[in-house]
Amino acid sequence: MSQLEALNDLADHISEELGDVVSHYEFERDELVLHVNPAEICSVLQFLKSDSECEFTQLISVCGADYPERAPRFDIIYNLLSMTHNQRVRIKLAVEEGQFIPTASKIFSTAGWFERETWDMYGIYFDGHEDLRRILTDYGFNGHPLRKDFPLSGHVELRYDEDEKRVVYEPVQLTQDYRNFDSVSPWEGITDIQLPGDEKGTVPKHGWEPTDKTVGGAK
Amino acid sequence: MIDAAKIEETLDVSSQTQIKPMTMNFGPQHPAAHGVLRLVLEMEGEIVERSDAHIGLLHRGTEKLIEHKTYTQALPYFDRLDYVAPMNQEHAFALAVEKLLGITPPKRAQYIRVLFSELGRILNHVLNITTFALDVGAITPALWGFEEREKGMEFYERVCGARLHANYFRPGGVAQDLPAGLIEDMLEWTDTFPKILGDLEGLLTDNRIFKQRTVDIGIATKEEALDWGFTGPMLRGSGVAWDLRKSQPYDVYDEMEFDIPVGHTGDCYARYLVRVAEMYESVKIMKQCLRNMPEGPVKSDDYKVSPPPRAEMKDSMEALIHHFKLFTEGFHVPEGETYTAVEAPKGEFGVYLVADGTNKPHRCYIRAPGFAHLQALDFMSKGHMLADLVSNIGSMDVVFGEIDR
Repeated sequence: MSQLEALNDLADHISEELGDVVSHYEFERDELVLHVNPAEICSVLQFLKSDSECEFTQLISVCGADYPERAPRFDIIYNLLSMTHNQRVRIKLAVEEGQFIPTASKIFSTAGWFERETWDMYGIYFDGHEDLRRILTDYGFNGHPLRKDFPLSGHVELRYDEDEKRVVYEPVQLTQDYRNFDSVSPWEGITDIQLPGDEKGTVPKHGWEPTDKTVGGAK
Repeated sequence: MIDAAKIEETLDVSSQTQIKPMTMNFGPQHPAAHGVLRLVLEMEGEIVERSDAHIGLLHRGTEKLIEHKTYTQALPYFDRLDYVAPMNQEHAFALAVEKLLGITPPKRAQYIRVLFSELGRILNHVLNITTFALDVGAITPALWGFEEREKGMEFYERVCGARLHANYFRPGGVAQDLPAGLIEDMLEWTDTFPKILGDLEGLLTDNRIFKQRTVDIGIATKEEALDWGFTGPMLRGSGVAWDLRKSQPYDVYDEMEFDIPVGHTGDCYARYLVRVAEMYESVKIMKQCLRNMPEGPVKSDDYKVSPPPRAEMKDSMEALIHHFKLFTEGFHVPEGETYTAVEAPKGEFGVYLVADGTNKPHRCYIRAPGFAHLQALDFMSKGHMLADLVSNIGSMDVVFGEIDR
């Protein structure tokens, strides 16, 4: 039985056992992705860990992703690995900003730091987490850096102040503007992009930014 | 009247005095912290009660930066994650992009990539076991090991021009072919290296002091190892026979013959033994790669993904355009996402890549094995002496480039 067939059977088994909890599943480049209702994540993880046909005993990672233009803005992605069946599965939760997600750290201890990182980077709150501090950013950091609306340069820079004899934080001052070369072109068949002079046409998929020439004004 | 019981109660020191555990800072500048690890330790005398790791001192925002770079520009960031074995990280990213593009690199490129991944594994393990030995009091292994490591890095330099930040693998193959004479020199090295490794083993494996410092220290059972997301030598040291090179082979690993060493005891010593045994296996794989290396191209001939040869650009307008567009705009990756993992020397190194159809990734999550391992330091060190905590850190093989990202 090929890997893909086995994964197909697994998907059938999971959706049969869990029913509505898994809203739908899909295959993305031969990888199984389950879309789960955020409130049910713990029961799904517990099932996947203990069911004999799944045995996903290892939680490989938990991470977030930001889609600012989408209605539930964030995705939380859990990667699971079953060593018994040599299979991987990915769980995705679509969550709003400010929504509470039950912590997975009671089921997989390793989730603790991964959830801290997701909180740090995206500001997604994990309910029931024992120690939800920031993990990668500086002490006293403001904002959630992996959100798409967080600037690449950050907000503050630091230097050692000779007078005060300590490190001080100041607003970022770039001596040279960040150079974002817009090199996107219709090359390679990508035609649905914004090109100069096209502002009056339909809204393209890539690179669209409203300008003063846009019909109907800004978005 | 004197109440004897009351006097006894007031005199009883233990009922009134609470001994507060001492809080101690370990690092971030400490030779045994293997980088910028800051631990806040709660000590009961010399016993570690709790260790709280403060990480992120080397956080550079790699994932954020990659979102603003083309796929070609994103690749060098992977050298800077686990800078001890850079090409293994590149391998994960190259495989992830290839999966999204739906291309397969030519055979020779796959052999070269496996060859240098295994060299990277040896470089990593040499560094780890020798600095680990240094942490527990032996200086000679480091002196001997670093000479061999330097030879390995010379091979890196010969193939890509850089000792550390290789930037050599590409989606669709590798940057350039092996220079003349490299295969012969590497074959010679694979003959001499096991002898040096034997010498290193002679210094450590049966060394009484080394064993006293590592045996039964930092035990992680099979269940704990799975629960805490261990991968790589950390997991195999605890007795789980699992290696992505065998179970989910990528590139030409399925054509290689090698064994997966597995430990039994799950302590620091078992992890050391697994790493040493893995190096012998890596030498075996390198030999097979070098002997069976096929002739042929080393990168995809799809000029939409990999640049055309310089000679062709001199008289072909189309080749020139391809070259120009590749190095300004970069290639477009069709919409989709993948989680692709490789067996890096430290464990499962994975890349979760979301492409939105443009020339830049929408999201690139990097799953670093050390991140999961370091988290387990607390339970592994609880109840151990402070000096054993150092053994635990050493046997975890932490490198902050990948943990802090």
